[in-house]
Amino acid sequence: MKRRLSIFLAVFVLAANICVRAQTNTEVEARKAALDLAGAFTNEGFKIRDGHWCGTIKPHDHALITVNLYAGNQYWFSAGATEQAKKIAVSVYDESGKQVTTEGYNAGEKAAAGFSPTNSGQYFVSINLVEGQEGSFCLVYSYK
Amino acid sequence: MIRLKRLGAIGLMGAIFAAAGAETGRLPADQLAKAVRSDSISIPTPGELFAALEKPGKTNWSGQYRGPMSMTYRNRAQIALNLGGLIADGFIAVEAKDSQQVKNIGSDIIKLSKALGVSENLLSRGNSINEFAENDEWDTLQEELEATQNEVKSSMQSHSDQDLVILVSLGGWVRGTQVVSAAIMQNYDERSAKVLRQPALVSLIQAKIGEISPELRGEPLVKNVSEQLTGIEKLVSFPIGKAPSVDEVRKVNEAIGKVMEEIENKAIAK
Repeated sequence: MKRRLSIFLAVFVLAANICVRAQTNTEVEARKAALDLAGAFTNEGFKIRDGHWCGTIKPHDHALITVNLYAGNQYWFSAGATEQAKKIAVSVYDESGKQVTTEGYNAGEKAAAGFSPTNSGQYFVSINLVEGQEGSFCLVYSYK
Repeated sequence: MIRLKRLGAIGLMGAIFAAAGAETGRLPADQLAKAVRSDSISIPTPGELFAALEKPGKTNWSGQYRGPMSMTYRNRAQIALNLGGLIADGFIAVEAKDSQQVKNIGSDIIKLSKALGVSENLLSRGNSINEFAENDEWDTLQEELEATQNEVKSSMQSHSDQDLVILVSLGGWVRGTQVVSAAIMQNYDERSAKVLRQPALVSLIQAKIGEISPELRGEPLVKNVSEQLTGIEKLVSFPIGKAPSVDEVRKVNEAIGKVMEEIENKAIAK
């Protein structure tokens, strides 16, 4: 009985590791896409923050993260996704949940939103899967 | 509006559009409450704070230096908090474009990290910091400092010291806010003062402290700092659109200065 349990646990751990590795690979792909896009903004003096947020996004669903921004700075939020996600969009909301006006860039599985907050505080960045199938995404942001 | 004239060279020009009139969407409160809050994205770096402070006018960065920090702390929570503060000092030295100060701080970061046993991969970072400082590569230095902070945090995670990560972020925020509030008091400008509005950020840091182990949370220094954050959250809760007055900035500076003193004080940590 103990041996059977050990084998089951070993298989479970192995499967879990494979799952984690597979997820990591797609997230790396998505992160590369996000960084490629964010890299374009460095030409304008934007610094890419050395942090990222990756996850999975489903059709007609969104992933939402809080950011704390400073009035006076300019920001670009760049997202990349794996190929199954044919079209994604990035939008920004203020602390009350109201969508803010942003500049935007959309190119299939890459999208970005840029704006300059007039008030410091909490904002929300949403990544939406507009077209395509469930896949990994990654978000990075730049500021100046 | 953000200018993106050079993006055309890489094929993005023309694809950027202004989402004018797009203010139609609104997220309900229950969705906002479920939003992810991550240390690596939701908590800004001192560099972001300093970048915003500098927009309205020149800041006397070298006037914000402090004396050498003790390298003999023994309490792990206190080391983590001071490490965060030291990294913020590194950002100040970069803003001041002071290569010697950057090198000194880089060396102190490595020393303090060693005390936590997270320095193995950081030695190369220390060398890079020195090299970039000697060559006056200020933008790269800022990136290197942020990468160093992230490496310290990942090293903590891999050494099962996940709980210390938020203390590094907290130490950086405390030192950053101390410097920024002092600089605003010295040269008051409403636009600069607006950067101090950070109630959600303080609340997020408090929530993250609430997630650490009861043992660490119960340590006198962590407990004291955490308790004071409640008062500081109120002090930085300015209404939207209203810049804090000089007096309000002074109150923030005094409260945050008290926290900084405790973080530096060897007698408080057990």
